[in-house]
Amino acid sequence: MDSLIIAGRTFQSRLMVGTGKFSSNQAMVDAMENSGCEIVTVALRRVDIDRPDDSLLSHIDRSRYLLLPNTSGARDAEEAIRLARLARAAGCEPWIKLEITPDPYYLLPDPVETLKAAEILVKEGFVVLPYMPADPVLAKRLEEAGTATVMPLGAPIGTNKGLQTRDHIAIIIEQANIPVVVDAGLGAPSHAAAAMELGADAVLVNTALADTPDPAAMARAFRKGVEAGREGFLAGLGQQRQKAQASSPLTGFLRSEL
Amino acid sequence: MTITVNGSERTIQENLTIQGLVEDLGLAPAHVVVELNRHILTQDQYSQVSLKTGDVLEIVQFVGGG
Repeated sequence: MDSLIIAGRTFQSRLMVGTGKFSSNQAMVDAMENSGCEIVTVALRRVDIDRPDDSLLSHIDRSRYLLLPNTSGARDAEEAIRLARLARAAGCEPWIKLEITPDPYYLLPDPVETLKAAEILVKEGFVVLPYMPADPVLAKRLEEAGTATVMPLGAPIGTNKGLQTRDHIAIIIEQANIPVVVDAGLGAPSHAAAAMELGADAVLVNTALADTPDPAAMARAFRKGVEAGREGFLAGLGQQRQKAQASSPLTGFLRSEL
Repeated sequence: MTITVNGSERTIQENLTIQGLVEDLGLAPAHVVVELNRHILTQDQYSQVSLKTGDVLEIVQFVGGG
């Protein structure tokens, strides 16, 4: 597969994996392995002082995976910026998945706060990958602000509903000069393949792997879905038509054919 | 003396450094980030900064997330 370049850095995989909700660290590591991913997202949370748990970082080989901290939990630009700065202080490279979701029911990203935070974080030297509504105008505004990618949602986080925003994502892809990563809502390998066939540069999944009986097997399936979709896109999909067009030659002898 | 760590009051000995507190809590200094009175500390500051009474600390770490 052709490589993906984000902010000057080259990746062989076009599948990014979120590390939330796995039943165990081992299940997470196995899924990461099978997915072939090179970028994994993580969140920042307050340590439970009375019950400090085993650090997630001790399970992730950072020479192999780029940690992409997210700003999940942030409800406005100020909170997201605070989380981004904390993540950078943790010794991560200054890559941040900007995620601002004021509404706890649908977890839809706030376009105004996301743009505001993106402008500030880009100025502070962050490589910003913003999670965003599938709005082509917002995608242009974020690109102009200097974000490294745009990450439009396929459907609300964790819903597994697939590419509900297909037509808008197609417009975003058509207009973008930076990679388009479809994030959130993809629930099946076919959804990932559909996003890639549309011309998306990458997809990010978490629930679709973590919340299944066999995350490692599902990760392998998603890897194939992403690869199939990308190869199909590069090969060039055939044109859709209203009327049938025979793929077998005419018989020439059963009856007289004009 | 008393400080606040992640929202709870805690009594600590005088002259304890951030490094000392983090270790006392059983945490790996390389795996956490500390905010002291809303000011983010770098890891090399942990052993240099001593806590003062009334300090408010936020200690965070990476967890699974999408």
